[in-house]
Parts: sequence; structure tokens; C-alpha cells
Amino acid sequence: MRTKEPDIATTEDVREPVASEQQRVFLERIDRGEKIEATDWMPDEYRLLLIKFIQMHGVSEIMGAFPEKEWVPKAPTLRRKLGMMSKVQDEMGHGQLLLSVVQELGRPLGLTREQLISDIFTGRTKFHNVFHMPAPSWADAGVIGWLVDGAAIVSQAALLDTSYAPYARVLKRICAEESFHMQHGESIVLSLAEGTASQRQMLQDAVNRWWESLIFFFGPPDVSDAARKMIRYRIRTKTNEELRQKFLSRYVPRIHALGLTIPDPDLHFDPLSGLWHYTAPDWAAYGRMVRDNTGPMSQARIALRQQAHEGQRWVREAMRAGAAQLAMEGARA
Amino acid sequence: MAQDDKAARGPSVAEGAALVDLLLQMADDDLVLGHRHSEWLGVAPDIEEDVAFSSIAQDEVGHAALYYELASQLGAGDADRLAFDRPVGERRSAAFVELENGDWARTAMRHFLYDAFEEVRLDACTRSGWQPLQRAATKVRREEFYHRLHSRTQLHHLAKAGGEAFARLEHALADLWPYVASLFDLGPHAAELRATGVLPADAAALRSAWEAVVVPELSELGFGVPACGGTDATSAAHRGAHHPALAELLTTMRAVLDVDAAAASW
Repeated sequence: MRTKEPDIATTEDVREPVASEQQRVFLERIDRGEKIEATDWMPDEYRLLLIKFIQMHGVSEIMGAFPEKEWVPKAPTLRRKLGMMSKVQDEMGHGQLLLSVVQELGRPLGLTREQLISDIFTGRTKFHNVFHMPAPSWADAGVIGWLVDGAAIVSQAALLDTSYAPYARVLKRICAEESFHMQHGESIVLSLAEGTASQRQMLQDAVNRWWESLIFFFGPPDVSDAARKMIRYRIRTKTNEELRQKFLSRYVPRIHALGLTIPDPDLHFDPLSGLWHYTAPDWAAYGRMVRDNTGPMSQARIALRQQAHEGQRWVREAMRAGAAQLAMEGARA
Repeated sequence: MAQDDKAARGPSVAEGAALVDLLLQMADDDLVLGHRHSEWLGVAPDIEEDVAFSSIAQDEVGHAALYYELASQLGAGDADRLAFDRPVGERRSAAFVELENGDWARTAMRHFLYDAFEEVRLDACTRSGWQPLQRAATKVRREEFYHRLHSRTQLHHLAKAGGEAFARLEHALADLWPYVASLFDLGPHAAELRATGVLPADAAALRSAWEAVVVPELSELGFGVPACGGTDATSAAHRGAHHPALAELLTTMRAVLDVDAAAASW
């Protein structure tokens, strides 16, 4: 038994666990492709890797609501307004499902929902780079749906065969909904692409704005220690670079088909290696932005989340107190 | 039988104008409140409420779209144009729904008061002699059932908690009450709507039906309900006496459209 709870924020620091019999049996299950359930025994390291990874995924969904939320009140038709509302709702719903998975995993560590949310503004958890960026035009709302959600589908679909069964079940639903988002984004993008010169320009500007962030979205090409461990446990099975290549193969032709350009003169497919060549973004700078929350919109969006959470603590507390009071009155009646 | 005949031949020109006005009142109310509800996206008190309240916001905007569509079928023009292009002076929404959200207490209290109002108005519409409205109201009422359930549960929980929550709700009730009358202004064609059986109720009847539902519930929860009367003659009592916040809301709604006036589609 551990006497001290491991620090969930610093998974990399967790020491190599002693290869106990339980450990060995667990890894054999992983190697056979078996799925792990929440009630199964699992090594602390596995649990902590999952908590950190899925919390970041869930929190990214919740923070991802903000750039698009700005466009709900401005959506230019009734259909678009309803589409945007439904999409933002889905993102929040995904956040809810994912955080439930994390809560279950974190139960032995006393991890609560309140903590999972407040980790966002205490900097104990991170969210995807794309949600640190501004979305200054309606075309950004389209490009986020089309390309950012398109990138998310690539990385989430690759997680569908994750070894942790509750995560796999939630991902199945998320992927189905994300493909609606991609179609919704594509529909906005198509209207702009077929529109006036200024609509087309608005779209091209948005693609230019998002391109580098999309390349970074999958993470640096070198495989980190944490990534290596996650691959060993089959939490994930694909590397960052494999996912990025898949995204490029799927979307570069689609972007070109709309007559749009991609702001990377070096971007090309090399038939010999079967790989896309692209200009590498400044991996370290993007990494720092995500780690330190120093992107153009990081602080404003974190402040919004903090205000929603802390400024309305009275509502959550009152809802609980009122429910208890009603139950008591009901018992008395 | 007489009603079937009327549905078959459609409304007369005069009835058409009265009907369009009623449909626009209903559509504008739901659009504006749905828009206000959607301002809570991503910032509701918790994630579960965010998801639930978004469903309600979507229903309201969806109902607005349905009423605009009916008005459009009566020759009032394209549904999107009705929703996005009409200037403040032509809007038929009540000041009650135009007011800013304020805190969650005001949002919850407005949600409760408005959904009770909708129930009463829709109830009358389900007895409408004009079948398309009767059918639409029947469909919408089914969805509104869940809104009522949500708004009542939330109000009861918050009120029973006492303390800060109760004080905030009390404050919200006092803020909102002067605007309640605006909901019950049925417009210049009210007498005709009633005489022709399109809306078989008058404002006083709707208001007393609403009060019969809302006032005992509020009293039971411990709220002192402000003096009730028929349709009081405060400055906010008429549709058309818009809250200043409406102009800003409409400008926001047109923000994308106004970027490129030449664009044919978005």
C-alpha cells in the first residue's frame, strides 16, 4: 500500500513500478488486446497516465466551446444559429462524459469534479493549442468545424481501440458526433467558398490563420517518455506524426479542391517516402504556449471559465442544499 | 365543420394580417429568449446545466423558426429575413424577453415565468380555428412540458436553499415583474383574433390563467408577489415599447450579415 497519494499532475515523475505478479498479469492482458474496466486492478502508472490524458481531452472540449460560442449570437441564418448552438452543446456534453471517466479513475485518489474544473485555472491541466487561438471571423467558425474538428476526428478515431474500455465507449459516441460537426463546418465553408470575393477572402484568411496551429495540434514528431508509456499500455497506438500524416492526406486535397491555398510553400507529398513534407512550426514555442497558457486567448478564456465556475458556486451549492431540504420535507410529509 | 371550411379556404386578407402579427409575436418572443438563453453556452453554473439549458435554447429558436415559417406561408416573406432583417420598430417581441440575462437567479426566474406564460398562450393556440397554428401549438406544447419541468425543479431547489439564492431570486422577481405585462399585449388585432376563433382568448383571460398557475407557486415558496392586476399600464406594458437591450441584440444578430451586404448565402 502507498502511504502517500501520487501527485496526479506530474505523471512523468512516477517511478517505474516494481514488476509485481499483478503488474505482469496486467501487461499480458494488454498484450493480448484485452480491454481494462474501471473496476479491474491496474497499475498506478496506468491510472495516472489515463487521468492526465483524458482530463486534458475533456477540458479541451470544454475550453473548445469558447471560440465557437462567440459566433452563436452572430450566426447569420436560423439554421446556422441552431447548428452552432447544437455543436457547442455537444462539446460541453463530450467534456461531461470525459470528465466522468476521469472522476471514476480518480475516485481512489479523492479526485472530484470541482477539482477537475479548477485545475484549468490553477494551471494543473492543459488544453489543446487550437483553443488558445482567436476566432475573429465567421469563417473561423467554419474552419474550426471543418479542419479543427477534422483533425480531432483523426486523433480520436485512432484512440477507439484504446485499452481502457470506458474511454473507448465514450470515444465511440464522440466520434459519431464530431463527424456531424465536420459536416456542419464544411457546409459553412462551402457557402463561403461559393460566395462573393469578400466571403472567399474571409475563408482564405481563416485557413491561413489556422494552418500552423493545425500542424502543431498533433504534437511534436519526437516520441516523449509519456507517449512511449501510453503506447506500451496501448492507451494510444499511433504516434503524433502518423496522425498528422493521415490528416494531411485527408485534408490537403480537399482544401485545394475548394480553390484555397495553404500557407506553406514547402508542403508537398513525397511519393518515394510516402510522406508529406511540411514546414515545421516552432514546436518549443507552441509547447510553451500550451504549458504556460500564454496564447493570444489563453488568459481571457481561462478567466471566463473561472468566472463561470467560481462566480456561480452559489448556484451549485444552493441546488444541493435545496434538494436536501426538499427531500427532508418529503420525508416529513 | 365551419372550422374545416375555413382551413380549406385559408384566412381572409384581414385575418391574414392579424394572424401574421400573432405569429410574429410568438416567433420574436421565442427567438429573443432563445438567443438570451444561448448566451449561457459554456458559462452555465455547471457542465450538466450547460447541456440542459442549451437544449431549451435550441427548442426556443426552433419554435421561432416554425412560427416564422407559418408567417412566411401567409406571404410575410422569407423566414430568415423575418428573423434577421426587421428593424427594432417592426419587432413584436415583449420587453420581458429582451431584458439582459443578469445573474443565474434572474435567468431561472424568467425561465419559470415565461414558460408558464407560454403554456397559457399555447393552450389557447391549441384551440385555434386555424389548423396550421393549432397543429404547431400542439407539437410545441409537447416540448414545452419538459421546459416547465426543468424551470420548476430549478426554481424550487434554489428557493428552498434559502440564503443568498433566495435573496437573489427575490431581487430578480422584483426586476422582472414590471415587464410581465408586455407578454400579455396581444397587439392591435386582438379583438379580431378572438372573434374569428384564431386565438380564442383575450389578454385578461390569459393573464388570470397565468396568475392562477404562477402566483400560488411563488407564494408557497415564500416570495412576496407584487400586486397583480389586469394588464397594467406601465411604460413597458406594450409590445413595441422595446427594452433598449433589444437594439444591441439585433445588431449582434446581424454582425455577420452586415459584413458583406452583397452575399447571397451564408
